[in-house]
Amino acid sequence: MSAKPYSNPYLAGFGLGLVLLTTFVVMGRGLGASGAFASAAAATASAASSNAQANDYFARYLTASGSPRIDWLVVELIGVTLGGFISALVAGRLRMTIEKGPRITDRSRLTLGLIGGSVMGLGAVLARGCTSGQALTGGALLSVGSWLFIIAAFGAAYAAAPLLKRAWT
Amino acid sequence: MTAPFFESGLLGERGALIVALAIGIAFGWFLERSGMGSARKLAGQFYLRDLTVFKVMFTAIVTAMLGVFWLEWIGFLDLSRVYVPETWILPQLAGGIVFGLGFAMAGLCPGTSCVSAATGRIDGLAVVVGMFAGVLGTGLLFRSLQSFYDSTPRGAFTLSDLFSVSEGVVVFVVVAIAIGGFKVAEVLERRSEARIPQ
Repeated sequence: MSAKPYSNPYLAGFGLGLVLLTTFVVMGRGLGASGAFASAAAATASAASSNAQANDYFARYLTASGSPRIDWLVVELIGVTLGGFISALVAGRLRMTIEKGPRITDRSRLTLGLIGGSVMGLGAVLARGCTSGQALTGGALLSVGSWLFIIAAFGAAYAAAPLLKRAWT
Repeated sequence: MTAPFFESGLLGERGALIVALAIGIAFGWFLERSGMGSARKLAGQFYLRDLTVFKVMFTAIVTAMLGVFWLEWIGFLDLSRVYVPETWILPQLAGGIVFGLGFAMAGLCPGTSCVSAATGRIDGLAVVVGMFAGVLGTGLLFRSLQSFYDSTPRGAFTLSDLFSVSEGVVVFVVVAIAIGGFKVAEVLERRSEARIPQ
């Protein structure tokens, strides 16, 4: 089966906006992604150490006794993974591959992914969210901090892009 | 005022988790549909080749923003019971810059890295692992970051508070900027196609 082309970005964006609106209406909160990573990190810390709740950051994602709890965002992000898989399956777009620019090796691309991911992790902790929890959710709710995050994040990415040209073009 | 349903008690804890799964599936579905699981496509925005991210993100923001505005106006949604992400000026400015640098390297953000990994892309999996390590590492070093993390708090602080104008004015301006941005994005993409035949 050949892969179907991606859908119109405005149409997909409208669908995504309705999902976000539904989340506000049903839950009184927005979407997220980095919060689920924080829950997973806190659960790992609590499995490795008996006093993970002494850490003021991990404690936010644990029960009072320091054990992991089933967080709304963790279930949501499992859904995201499933939804992405199902969408790619029905469109014939599932493929084992490494996406990169034509001028770098697979190894460099994976290293860049690991480092980039870790740097984003630090940024998302400081900013209290990422492109989902700050940009989409806080953007739609007109939060000043979220719009500051959007401007800072995209500004920095565009500024860094010329240095990373070899990796992507 | 009946919405938000969870805050009104129309939905229990178990119901909320079922909703979380359903909402997540729909979120992942639209991300994959629009090609946001592809790092090459996402990175294309930084070289003005492919502005899908901008179009999808701003259409979503505008759609949800207008929905919230009108549902509040007709009295269906009680916005005071919707959690507005709070503002901490300096940590969010610094966090945004650091996040953006990582984003340009990774070519994916935390949510789209999960979609990328789920659709078979190994580079997406690398970003997921990196993101987890980054959050875990930052959490372990949290004590030394905490005073900065808690600095410059502004609470729930919206653009209409900042500019002392009504919410309607802000909504109108954001829609106008988005429409202008979409036009610019189309022009930039056409120029890029003319430069590099694909």
